[in-house]
Amino acid sequence: MKATFARRHTSPEGLLALLVLALAMSPARAHVQAGEAAGFFSGFRHPVSGLDHVLAMVSVGLWGAQLGAPAVWLLPVVFPMVMAFGGFLGLAGVPLPGVEIAIALSAVLLGLAVAKEARPPLAVAAVLVGFFAIFHGHAHGTELPTGQSGLLYSIGFVVATGCLHLSGIAIGLVHRWPWGRVALRVAGTLVAIAGFGFLWRAIR
Amino acid sequence: MRTRVPPAGTLAFFAALLISARADAHLVTTGLGPVYDGIGHLLLTPEDLVPILALALYAGLRGARAGRLALFVLPLSWMLGGLLALGLGGAISAPVPALSFILIGLLVAIDVRLPDGAVATLAGSLGLIHGFLNGPALAGAGPGALGLLGIAAVAFVLVALASALVVSLKAPAARIAVRVAGSWIAAIGLLLLGWTLRTRGV
Repeated sequence: MKATFARRHTSPEGLLALLVLALAMSPARAHVQAGEAAGFFSGFRHPVSGLDHVLAMVSVGLWGAQLGAPAVWLLPVVFPMVMAFGGFLGLAGVPLPGVEIAIALSAVLLGLAVAKEARPPLAVAAVLVGFFAIFHGHAHGTELPTGQSGLLYSIGFVVATGCLHLSGIAIGLVHRWPWGRVALRVAGTLVAIAGFGFLWRAIR
Repeated sequence: MRTRVPPAGTLAFFAALLISARADAHLVTTGLGPVYDGIGHLLLTPEDLVPILALALYAGLRGARAGRLALFVLPLSWMLGGLLALGLGGAISAPVPALSFILIGLLVAIDVRLPDGAVATLAGSLGLIHGFLNGPALAGAGPGALGLLGIAAVAFVLVALASALVVSLKAPAARIAVRVAGSWIAAIGLLLLGWTLRTRGV
């Protein structure tokens, strides 16, 4: 029955006409504004696209795990908020000198803090993390591509940053075992060495 | 036997279906009526959705009574704000979504201990302002007051689910996770505020 219907109502010419019309259609943008999906994914990709940012943010999580509560959750809370403030400054066009040097220094110092398992007062650790977060955020803010959805970009950006911290905390859970403490200190040393490399590149 | 070519009317019908014109309206059109359009609008608009969830998290952190107050005050004030916008027209030029994200996100992150009345006032203010912002999209060819009903219904359900979940959390780590979510929301708001300022050339 279906075959009969198809034979009766279709023809090569008709199918060709439909195909041409289908190819000629334009997208319907009823709700989603142009660039919104790209905004989320480019925001998510941004923090993980640079090794200097990745190492610094994972180190924040590692250090928090070494320090234990309340630093384990306070530092990852401080970093995104202060980083967003830095991003706000960058977006608003407020200049900040020495951004690349400060980002490289953040990898050096945070790596050393993990390597030495440093235990400063909580306020000092929070201020150190917050200080460097401003520079990380500023770099991201000034590099924000045009033509993106600001909100979805921001959501992707913050979620990716938080995921990097959570990754650091998850890795840092090995701190409960003796071999894990050694592994974390080795990882911190490697981050610091990479930080020196970034610093050399920034001041060269 | 050779089959006949589809009539011109059939081709024209398919052409009308396939060559879609751009509809740049703000509200999503579900095809299921204005109530569902309102539901779809809220679920697909993070500018409205995230502040509602943030308020629900905060009300949940403040306890069951605050959660119950927010549950009823927010949808009602949202409807009131939307009706005002439909009746009066006009728009708000301030970067409301960004400020909502920052304010409520910070309240959640810091776990500020406001009294229940203040939580209700916060819910009422949020609903009024965001409802008013929905006005231009609801008016004209939009779903109108019935769309507001859909928005308010979804807001009611979201606040009920999210605040009840937070009220039920007893483990300190779980409450800390809620506060971390608040810090993320505040961070998003800060970036959005910077984006808005840059877009406006301030």
